[in-house]
Amino acid sequence: MGALKKRKFKTTSGRPSDASIWEAFRKGNALTRCSLFIFGLGNILNKQFVRGFLFLAVEIAYLCYMALFGIRSIGNFITLGTVEQGKTYNEALGIYEYTAGDNSMLFLLYGVITLVLSLAVIFAACMSMKSAYCTQVRKERGMHIPTFRDDLLSVREENIHTALLALPIIGIIVFTIIPLVFMILIAFTSYDHEHQPPGNLFSWVGLENFKTMLGQGSKLARTFWPVLSWTLIWAVFATFSCFILGLILALLINRKGTRFKGFWRFMFVLSIAVPQFVSLLSMRTIFNANGPVNVLLRELGMIGMTESVPFFTDPTLAKITIIVINLWIGIPFTMLSTTGILQNIPAELYEAAKIDGAGTLVIFRKITIPYIIFVMTPNLITSFTGNINNFNVIFLLSGGGPDTLDYYYAGKTDLLVTWLYRLTITQKDYNLGAVIGILVFIILATLSLLTYRHTGSYKDEGAFQ
Amino acid sequence: MKARRFIANTFVHILLAVLSFIWVLPIFYVILTSFRKETGSYKSYIWPRGFTLDNYVNLFKPTSQIDFFRWFTNTLVIAIFSTVIAAFFVLCVSYCMSRLKFKMRKPFMNIALILGMFPGFMSMIAVYYILKGLGFLETGILKQVALVMVYSGGAGLGFYMAKGFFDTIPKTIDEAAYIDGATKWDTFLHVTIPMSKPIITYTLLTTFMGPWVDYIFAKVIMGNDTKYYTIAIGLWTMLEKEYIETFYTQFYAGCVLISIPIAILFLLTQRYYVEGLSGAVKG
Repeated sequence: MGALKKRKFKTTSGRPSDASIWEAFRKGNALTRCSLFIFGLGNILNKQFVRGFLFLAVEIAYLCYMALFGIRSIGNFITLGTVEQGKTYNEALGIYEYTAGDNSMLFLLYGVITLVLSLAVIFAACMSMKSAYCTQVRKERGMHIPTFRDDLLSVREENIHTALLALPIIGIIVFTIIPLVFMILIAFTSYDHEHQPPGNLFSWVGLENFKTMLGQGSKLARTFWPVLSWTLIWAVFATFSCFILGLILALLINRKGTRFKGFWRFMFVLSIAVPQFVSLLSMRTIFNANGPVNVLLRELGMIGMTESVPFFTDPTLAKITIIVINLWIGIPFTMLSTTGILQNIPAELYEAAKIDGAGTLVIFRKITIPYIIFVMTPNLITSFTGNINNFNVIFLLSGGGPDTLDYYYAGKTDLLVTWLYRLTITQKDYNLGAVIGILVFIILATLSLLTYRHTGSYKDEGAFQ
Repeated sequence: MKARRFIANTFVHILLAVLSFIWVLPIFYVILTSFRKETGSYKSYIWPRGFTLDNYVNLFKPTSQIDFFRWFTNTLVIAIFSTVIAAFFVLCVSYCMSRLKFKMRKPFMNIALILGMFPGFMSMIAVYYILKGLGFLETGILKQVALVMVYSGGAGLGFYMAKGFFDTIPKTIDEAAYIDGATKWDTFLHVTIPMSKPIITYTLLTTFMGPWVDYIFAKVIMGNDTKYYTIAIGLWTMLEKEYIETFYTQFYAGCVLISIPIAILFLLTQRYYVEGLSGAVKG
């Protein structure tokens, strides 16, 4: 009750532009409420012509769009097309002629775009009402009603965030949100290699794809579960092996007796400075059946002159090879980030421990390790999620191979993401790709929710201000 | 005691020497192969029989399929444009998230967090069709414009690092500017931006490096238009079955040429990364 009172107090005396939409609707007069349906009405009648007509222009443009195109595209979005591409034999020319049918993919895309536009217009409607309410309040209080010039100048002060955020947000909507919504919707359709527009239609199938993917018995499910478990095994091994070994390396370089510290660091950092596609592709050739490692083993007489170790062709060995090669990339990264942390451990801690008579080992166990774990936990989480999505290492090293017939277009070392890539780019099973994308999202979101919210940087972002 | 420390030190140094040898070995192999005289791909020996500079020279003689110099300029142009746009987006968003208080701030940050959890190229196919629908995949030049938009369009989401940096600039500096009569816009342009050189450099360098190492998006958008390839797809093409026998050593020469500038840029970003983390105002 107290909080409610406080809020009321705040809004009636605060600046009118702070009012919420709900408040504008509740307290607004008839003119303000009408502005929800006739954009800019409240502004125009209060002589804010440019602002009002801009609102009105948005509404008219939207209505024209809907009348000419939008209504139809919503209808098509629901059916995803009904007319299949036809083929008739033209006897005069002796060829088959195609009659244009509906293109389900475009229908879906236009539907999504229309929905996003409609949401934007609903937003504009709320803005229109709020703007009318602001003017209403200002008029009641006898305050100055801003002219269009004032509006333009306000982006330098109180509305600066709209000016700075407008372009980036449009970019995010067009290149991230619309594509993402489109792909999420595809997960609920039958858009696979047998239903490719414009030749064929696809339709809504509900949760069918999820059922086959997660259920029992189908080939898809027999691929999904092993790939998922390998993804998790990979992420655990890749994250922790690199973390522990990288930490040891950093400690070795940072210890008191070690000389040429800068030189050692440089030697290791060099390997991550080289672009990954270069280093990974050369690693692939190095471990190739006829690559230098096998040549070396042959010359040392460890294997026969015509034999080769199947680094990437034996399923188990391929997994081990990939994890080991990943050490080559991952250890320098950990070394780099832990070095900074090690140098930042307050020296007082060490001195105090020494005065108390603690030995090197005790200091290491009781101070260094807890400190590093405390600071590095968020880092570990991001590198774990990064490894679940580690496309580059798998794709450039083994390409997901060795392939197997037991799986549905996946290899033994395919992660969920590389399988997703294969399903969409090579196999054109877009619906299955989308399902995997959503499942990966669910896994990552659960992980992050469990851990991320407990980290200090999320809870207390203003700690340094 | 002294002897023990000596043994430990020697052991550590030997270990580090062996490890760094292992770490440098693959890079050394790349450089070695790039100077190899014998063409063809895999050999039954490791040390080349002869050395030559031809691999580098031939790289700049364009053939119908392989045109290294053109790929290089393609990538450079795309990288410059997308860097400028992306860095501008990142700075705008991170400044807003750090300095300004407005209603959509927290929701925006949460949405960014959620969007970041979807696998990046899940939406790649949709982006492809949107660009196709907008007519951006008609000619090679338009494809390059499309690639710039893809690289920079969603950049606003990657604001965490720069926001963390802006968070360290004391609010009092902004307030001093307001008291002197500066608008928020003036403060952004004339106070915050000049103080943010490390983080601006870091953002510029990291976004600049993106197009040089991206293979996936570039390949999907460019398709078979070899003339407009970027360097990463170009080099990948050289390893394809029909080219590998002819271009194997040239591939390595190209790798060396690309790795040098990228490695230098990376080492630079490391410096600015550390500076960026340590904040704007040194106490």
